[in-house]
Amino acid sequence: MSPELEIPVLTTSVEKMVQWARRSSIWPVTFGLACCAIEMMSMSCSRYDIARFGAEVFRGSPRQSDLMIVAGRLSRKMAPALRRIYDQMPEPKWVISMGACASIGGVFDNYALVQGVDQVVPVDVYVPGCPPRPESLIYGIVQLQRKIAQQKLA
Amino acid sequence: MDPTALIQALQAAVPGARLDRAPTVDLQTTLYASRDDVPALARALRDRPELRFAFLAELTAVDLYPREPRFEVVYLLVSLEHRVRLRLKVALHAGDAMVHTVSDVWPAANWLEREVWDLFGIVFDGHPDPRRLLMPEDWEGFPLRKDYPVQIRMTPRTTEALQMTAEEFRANVEKDRLSRR
Amino acid sequence: MPDIRTETMTVNMGPQHPSTHGVLRLVLELDGETVRSVAPTIGYLHTGIEKTAEQKKWQQVIPLVERMDYLSAQSNSMAFCLSVEKLLGLEVPERVRWIRILLAELQRINSHLVWLGTHGMELGAVSVMLYCFRERELLLNINELIAGFRMFPSFMRVGGLREDLPRGFHDAVRAFLDRFPQKLDEYEDLLTRNRIYIDRTRGVGRISKEDAIAFSLVGPIARAAGVDYDVRKVFPYLGYDAIDFAVPTRTEGDVYARYLVRVAEMRESLKICRQVLERITPMGAWAVADPRITPPPKDRVYTEMEALIQHFLIYSQGFTVPAGEAYVPVEGPRGEHGFSITSDGTNRPWRVKSRAPSLLACQALAKMTVGGLIADLIAVIGSVDVVMGDVDR
Repeated sequence: MSPELEIPVLTTSVEKMVQWARRSSIWPVTFGLACCAIEMMSMSCSRYDIARFGAEVFRGSPRQSDLMIVAGRLSRKMAPALRRIYDQMPEPKWVISMGACASIGGVFDNYALVQGVDQVVPVDVYVPGCPPRPESLIYGIVQLQRKIAQQKLA
Repeated sequence: MDPTALIQALQAAVPGARLDRAPTVDLQTTLYASRDDVPALARALRDRPELRFAFLAELTAVDLYPREPRFEVVYLLVSLEHRVRLRLKVALHAGDAMVHTVSDVWPAANWLEREVWDLFGIVFDGHPDPRRLLMPEDWEGFPLRKDYPVQIRMTPRTTEALQMTAEEFRANVEKDRLSRR
Repeated sequence: MPDIRTETMTVNMGPQHPSTHGVLRLVLELDGETVRSVAPTIGYLHTGIEKTAEQKKWQQVIPLVERMDYLSAQSNSMAFCLSVEKLLGLEVPERVRWIRILLAELQRINSHLVWLGTHGMELGAVSVMLYCFRERELLLNINELIAGFRMFPSFMRVGGLREDLPRGFHDAVRAFLDRFPQKLDEYEDLLTRNRIYIDRTRGVGRISKEDAIAFSLVGPIARAAGVDYDVRKVFPYLGYDAIDFAVPTRTEGDVYARYLVRVAEMRESLKICRQVLERITPMGAWAVADPRITPPPKDRVYTEMEALIQHFLIYSQGFTVPAGEAYVPVEGPRGEHGFSITSDGTNRPWRVKSRAPSLLACQALAKMTVGGLIADLIAVIGSVDVVMGDVDR
């Protein structure tokens, strides 16, 4: 081989590369419902800076995003809208249920709330807390990255 | 303005209205009024220069189940000019929970009355837009009533009801097609 | 010239939209770019907090009311405690009053920072958001210091506070008070004379003084329209009458005036904080000395039988509140706020109703936006600072 062709090359499988690409550029949809949305905003702002993990591009449109962070309590009136937004997201897509209210209804065990968003959409990672600290949510996103890294392509 | 003077002024403004003073612990003088006097009282409270309660701070209801009269509608009023607050209450019986709207006097009452209708089922006679405010429009029952359960077992709906009929939909498509021609 | 067939277009905005501050849904009727009618639809965050509160004991309601208007948690819990204390006939110690004022004013700055950040971001000034959230973290650090929780410390309790102030509280607050004025100047440099910001906000979303009163608007929105109503001045509580501060008002009633009023309010809050911090002694009474309400200190619980019984009673049964009703208004970040509570004489509230300033602001949205352009709608929604948790509860 001639010396000018000696460029650095890494060989890998397509699967590994796709997994790597998917997990290191997660684009969440801005789906802030309640208090947790404020902590989600803190997470993307100066101190916590989720850009370090490649997930800072919050999209207004579900059609451009692949992660939905359900941040806050989900009311029965809102459930159809949540489902519709989830359906509008392109595959592959993931869901993080952020906070106690989204995961199990939290302290609000009453007529108005859906007791856990997993009744409406499939959830990949549950983040506990009321509201969870930004670090917890970052940890949740890292867990999701690990999960994506193990997903087989076919 | 002390409470006695306030009641006298109100009594002079609406002769024949029954006003009962109730004990109170906070800033608000509490008055019970009869349901039929509400429209006249509201106008007098807002417009009379010695009262000038131009600011409706709150309109809500309390369910006193199983007592009768079951409901109390509460109006919290503020007079910014005279720096005085008033709590006006109207008792309503369960079988006939209806009171005249005050949204023509205080526009702010519009949503507040819708909320009370939504959560307590108290009818506001003459309301311009008597729909539910917080709950879905096809909800059954009035959640904040004391005989309504706290938790209900019901699977959450994930689809929205169609908001137009098939005929309307077809007519819309047809109209759209014609407009493009 | 042939007739051009025109008709208005109905557009649905929300409930999921990046700039509706939560889950507000607006059905707009547009004529070109002009807004012909606005019909807000709310209830997408209805949590039934008022119903849940009826199931809890008095002290347990505090975490619930903090989650109502989640940007003004400490004001909420303070308003609730004041109403309950009014029914109980309690008078809290002077030191507790100053601490409550301090925390409420810090909460006001906190809430206005979130408002300024999101409002700036929606109008294209993304750096303002990053700056505001940077300073907000310092306030959250203070919350963490007193209670170990960032957003909802539940530090205010009926009868006083949860516990005494931690060591280092004064230094932390003083550090913030020293640092913040320069930062506030920085935000003003970015916006106040910014041509783009002024063009997008001046004369937009105007509301008159008469309409502001008729729609029961309070707080910065009303004060920007010339209504000189601040609960702290008109119906003083907790000893605000002993503190020297001004209530900034404007007369224009547009988005820019609201911005100016809120920024001026932050400066006044800083002034209040400085005066109050001097009056708070590092140690002292932090709750009323009423054995029905305040639990005994832990070292006595471990050593004395009576204290143990008292502790057990307070945490298992709570305390009863005399029958009656009370409503104590306070000036929250969004205006007059308070809890209209009804008691039937038991250890649980009969009814808790929050006076929601955002609900009424939301109602007046149509008044402010009809006739304007659709692009200005974002500026107006941002400027009224609706918190959907407060609107829907």
